[in-house]
Amino acid sequence: MSVPYAKLPAWADYGLIPLVNLAVAFIVAGLVVLLVGENPFRAAVILVEGAFGRGQGIAYTLFYATTFIFSGLSVAVAFHCGLFNIGGEGQGYIAGLGIAIVCLSLDSVLPWYLLFPIAIAAAALFGALWALIPAWLQARRGSHIVITTIMFNFIAASIMVYMLVDVIKPIGAMAPQTRNFLDGAQLPKLNWLIELFGFAKIRSAPFNISFILALVMAWLVWLLVWRTKLGYEMRTYGFSPKAARYAGISETRIILVTMMISGALSGMMALNPTMGDQHNVALDFVSGAGFVGIAVALMGRSHPVGIVLASILFGMLYQGGAELSFEMPNISRDMIVIIQGLVILFAGALEHMFRPAIQALFASLSPKSVGMAQAGKGA
Amino acid sequence: MDFFDVAVQTLDSTVRLSVPLLLACLAGLYSERSGIFDIGLEGKMLAGAFASAAAASVFHSAWIGLGMGILISVALALVHGFASITHRGNQIVSGVAINFVAAGSTIILGQAWFKQGGRTPALAPGERFEAIVFPGADAVRGVPILGPIYSELLSGHSLLVYIAFLAVPFTWWVLFRTRFGLRLRAVGENPAAVDTAGISVEWLRYRAVICTGILTGIAGAYLAMVQNAGFVKDMTAGKGFIALAALIFAKWKPVNAMFACLLFGFLDAIAIRLQGSPLPVIGRVPVQFMQALPYVLTVVLLAGFIGKAIPPRAGGVPYVKER
Repeated sequence: MSVPYAKLPAWADYGLIPLVNLAVAFIVAGLVVLLVGENPFRAAVILVEGAFGRGQGIAYTLFYATTFIFSGLSVAVAFHCGLFNIGGEGQGYIAGLGIAIVCLSLDSVLPWYLLFPIAIAAAALFGALWALIPAWLQARRGSHIVITTIMFNFIAASIMVYMLVDVIKPIGAMAPQTRNFLDGAQLPKLNWLIELFGFAKIRSAPFNISFILALVMAWLVWLLVWRTKLGYEMRTYGFSPKAARYAGISETRIILVTMMISGALSGMMALNPTMGDQHNVALDFVSGAGFVGIAVALMGRSHPVGIVLASILFGMLYQGGAELSFEMPNISRDMIVIIQGLVILFAGALEHMFRPAIQALFASLSPKSVGMAQAGKGA
Repeated sequence: MDFFDVAVQTLDSTVRLSVPLLLACLAGLYSERSGIFDIGLEGKMLAGAFASAAAASVFHSAWIGLGMGILISVALALVHGFASITHRGNQIVSGVAINFVAAGSTIILGQAWFKQGGRTPALAPGERFEAIVFPGADAVRGVPILGPIYSELLSGHSLLVYIAFLAVPFTWWVLFRTRFGLRLRAVGENPAAVDTAGISVEWLRYRAVICTGILTGIAGAYLAMVQNAGFVKDMTAGKGFIALAALIFAKWKPVNAMFACLLFGFLDAIAIRLQGSPLPVIGRVPVQFMQALPYVLTVVLLAGFIGKAIPPRAGGVPYVKER
């Protein structure tokens, strides 16, 4: 703490420090690759080639990224209000129930462009309601939202297992999942978009229209957080609950509204894998995407642009990781879980580890840039 | 089979199922009482399970396995300490990170080292902690009521089971009857006061976190070397979070923790025993309902509907020595 009050220029704060943290996370991940007896550099090359080398790979990368944008935005919205929503996984899972109800009852009647908005609303509603209970408990009963949302993930999982195995599963079917959706509940693909850029014909990739929805939501979140009264109140409460209370912001209202928005975004994450890819609602279809959102939000510093970029990075890891496991049998998809953990560790919990060093570096290179010159004069 | 035998057997499996919860719950107790929230119990337990099973099968020794499990678990606990004590990072975030790192690396390393789909080789009898049979357990088996209780319920468990239950009075003694325990509790309530008294807040919290690591390591070793004969991927299956729930349920008190863990273990044992067979009066209860019950109970408790769970005051707040 040699330069306690040094203020870094914005590009260092929002660009350099996250990049350094990310680099350290990947270096440690590289050590794990080394530990299992593979070459980390070759692994990185295979990974990037698998993700961006062909149109097919890009389509898959963006397909995975779609889900992560939703879950990342969900975590970020709650972060801005000082709330940690760990329950994205459960909110997305429960939203699958809403999607199942809408799709199973309407997919033979409506075309996709009419069904999709209804499904969005249902997914958002189910996600929001599942987030509402922990929010209410936090606001009115003072129970810690982190713990309740964790518990609600497990409760959601139990409910969904029960619903899929005992209630929704077609009679006589073995697999615990709904029947396949008809055409009305299958989202159109966007693969032609990638082909426009001169890539070869993409045979089968689930990249679909919900990517556009994700980008729209990213823009709306930006609008909400930085351009509306509600967003201002959220940030005020996140920055200092005391100040918010003093300013007359209703604590209960802001917690409930924020968590419902966060839950709705988590709920929408369920659209992509169900209506966009599998065309059914199956057991454990969320498969950890809600937790990836934590890493994505931390990496993207809770800003929509950062989140979209971080989501594409994680999409790349998922797609490239799948390719990697073909080439290097020792490295399975689970490598991503490690990377995810390391990103959360270095970009989240240890985000200030390198700050003193970088501040010292800036101070010695150009004292003016960190406001040290004036301090020197004053002293 | 008559009712009494069923009851003894159910209680016996309750004891077995609650041991990992109890160890993890006491582990969390040390950390949270010192003001460090730890939602990484799950990850540390998983890493401990993997390390102990791997070491036990390579070195053919249960004790080396246990030691390795504790070592790795403590190492992860120190990472959590480094992030949340030294660098004052967000404790929740750090715990989440540790869970992911443990979940991923146990599978990757297990597959790379043993090539059995993420499992470790099955442990031979000598590489596990065997059941300890109390003297005369077989002789009194025939005695009505007391016989089965002595020979089934009390005798015939592994060493780690007895360690887990002895850890309860020990933890109580440490926390409420030693100087270290007093300071530990103080640092979780009001670190500034402890600091003013000239005691290092950081060092105290590091010691608490190390205690957590030791206990989660034993919990992991129990899962991999006693309950199972080897490591299976994701074998903790949310037990770390149930332990966390039990800790809240127990209002951060050691003896309560034991009863909370026994209750949750009992629910688990009942769920396994029923498996779809109908109950009198209520009818068939879905297994999922029983599985979700610990979480539901915790939420209800946290909401203050059954008593009030008040966490240590300084929990989750990094201590800044001076401004």
